[in-house]
Amino acid sequence: MSASKQEAAKAYWKDNLRLMLILLAIWFAVSFGAGILFVDQLNAIQFFGFPLGFWFAQQGSIYVFVAMIFFYVWKMNQYDRKHDVHEE
Amino acid sequence: MDTQTLIYLIVGATFALYIGIALYTRAGSTSEYYVASKGVHPILNGMATGADWMSAASFISMAGIISFIGLDGSVYLMGWTGGYVLLAMCLAPYLRKFGKFTVPDFIGERYYSQTARLVAVVCVIFISFTYVAGQMRGVGIVFSRYLEVDINTGVIIGMAIVFFYSVLGGMKGITYTQVAQYCVMIFAYMVPAIYISMMITGNPIPQLGFGSDVIGTETSVLERLNGLGTELGFSTYTDGSKSTIDVFFITMALMVGTAGLPHVIVRFFTTPTVRAARLSAGYALLFIAILYTTAPAVAAFARTNLLTSIPGISYSDAPQWVKNWENSGLIAWLDKNGDGKIQYGPGAPFAGAPAFGPERGANGERVVTNAATPAATELYVDRDIMVLANPEIANLPGWVIALIAAGGLAAALSTAAGLLLVISTSISHDLLKSNLMPGISEKQELLAARIAAGLAVLVAGLFGIYPPAFVAQVVAFAFGLAAASFFPAIVMGIFSKKMNKEGAIAGMVVGLAFTFIYIVYFKFVNPAMDNAEHWWFGISAEGIGTLGMIFNFIVAVIVAKLTAAPPEHIQHIIEDIRIPRGAGAAIDH
Repeated sequence: MSASKQEAAKAYWKDNLRLMLILLAIWFAVSFGAGILFVDQLNAIQFFGFPLGFWFAQQGSIYVFVAMIFFYVWKMNQYDRKHDVHEE
Repeated sequence: MDTQTLIYLIVGATFALYIGIALYTRAGSTSEYYVASKGVHPILNGMATGADWMSAASFISMAGIISFIGLDGSVYLMGWTGGYVLLAMCLAPYLRKFGKFTVPDFIGERYYSQTARLVAVVCVIFISFTYVAGQMRGVGIVFSRYLEVDINTGVIIGMAIVFFYSVLGGMKGITYTQVAQYCVMIFAYMVPAIYISMMITGNPIPQLGFGSDVIGTETSVLERLNGLGTELGFSTYTDGSKSTIDVFFITMALMVGTAGLPHVIVRFFTTPTVRAARLSAGYALLFIAILYTTAPAVAAFARTNLLTSIPGISYSDAPQWVKNWENSGLIAWLDKNGDGKIQYGPGAPFAGAPAFGPERGANGERVVTNAATPAATELYVDRDIMVLANPEIANLPGWVIALIAAGGLAAALSTAAGLLLVISTSISHDLLKSNLMPGISEKQELLAARIAAGLAVLVAGLFGIYPPAFVAQVVAFAFGLAAASFFPAIVMGIFSKKMNKEGAIAGMVVGLAFTFIYIVYFKFVNPAMDNAEHWWFGISAEGIGTLGMIFNFIVAVIVAKLTAAPPEHIQHIIEDIRIPRGAGAAIDH
């Protein structure tokens, strides 16, 4: 790998790690946070007919997971091009 | 046409479809056999992954389990979906870029060690057999329930079909059959769910109906359920009774275990590009989420229905479906106080699964011969009822019942086939080609793969016919062991350039040994101690894989610090798998 390509690969990896850590934080917050650790507190709030904590545990976290992966796919495709490491 | 004829017709038609697809897509090379030539479109791969992943347990039992434990059931919902986020971001794209056939391939090369590869092969085979034993039994049970054959005949028919399309078609055949099986499965699940949602709330979308008001009232389904449950003495549906720490650890073990299961990971080796591997994970979770967000709604509807229509009524007035499923042995009633009415409350009415005597009781019920418990409740309800009886509860026509049969079979067969393929690949590729007989030609390797698949089907079938007494308990094994062994080794292999073979092997061995010993101790050696008082930190055997995973990470990092860094060329491999470009070429290196 040439020097400039190595630089690009490094910058790409940094972007990738930042995106991944942000998304993993959300992943943790909606499932382990809202659905498990704070479920009792959130259950005091009503949300479209659901206690909120229960909704996160049985519905909301799954919706967020799906949306998150598609966001990751979209963002990574951008990074692939930005750092010129995309597949032909 | 009567329901039985419809069942034969619909199940027969789906089987003909699967076999037709297998014939049309049969594999001719090892690349086709192991990874479908890496040519599977992301949407199709997503469907195939969904079918691979959702077993008979997801299709038939999960809603029922949730229905009986309420909020605590969330561990399965979040645990079995959240793992795909980890897969999409931490594993799938990099493993696809690496570009080989199997998980032991990656472990063996990344950690430049045949020992590491061997540890991985043993784990793959153990995890997959644990899992497949339950699937074959599931096939047998669905057959016996709907096709009026006994369970063993059902297992043998199931074996024959799986044998046919996994041995012939390999990954290519399995992928396209799984796409068909996903469609059958999801259609069969959604039709009764939509009907029952309309019946109870008037809203055709179960996910929304779940939060709506019960038709003709101003109370929501969940309030109604909490109210009905409390009156009868059950714990509140929307509050859990498991401890927070246990729920946390079980959910984590299931998530990480999902991401570490070899038959799931291998699906991402089949996509044409790294981009497609990421996208596949998204579609896979989307297709899985359709069923997984419907299941808790079905659970709540079915339970509302049960609690509204059954407690306190006379047996003679009970709806027809109660009597139908009593005849199949999934419902039983023991009139403890002799008033002819069905009392229902918390606890078990009698010890164990019902054993029926030959005669009928005073009210026309089947006589149960089990010893009664002191609890006031008189009704035994098998959890599978919540899905199986739905069409009858909602008064749906016979073809919907036939669909459920076809859907349950599709779920069990697709998962069994995916697992068997992983086992056969491990034997022919990782054990023979990479270890014992590196000189064999591609043709011989393909033949070895087919023979291994054939043998694996036979062994799995034997497990189905003579189920080891511990089948139900070993599920904890599959997830716990995958979480404690593969996941840390693969993640560190990608995200750390410093992780070396000593660290990875030490981590895997410690994680595995700890998890294995903990589960064996509480499930087999000393089951009397299997309660929160004796567990470490209050973590049950189901959740202990999380702790095993943490130990794996810690031990690996410490050992890697004390031993030599990995060689230069490994560092290059890591740099290479981190960028997508050049994925097509990676197959040949």
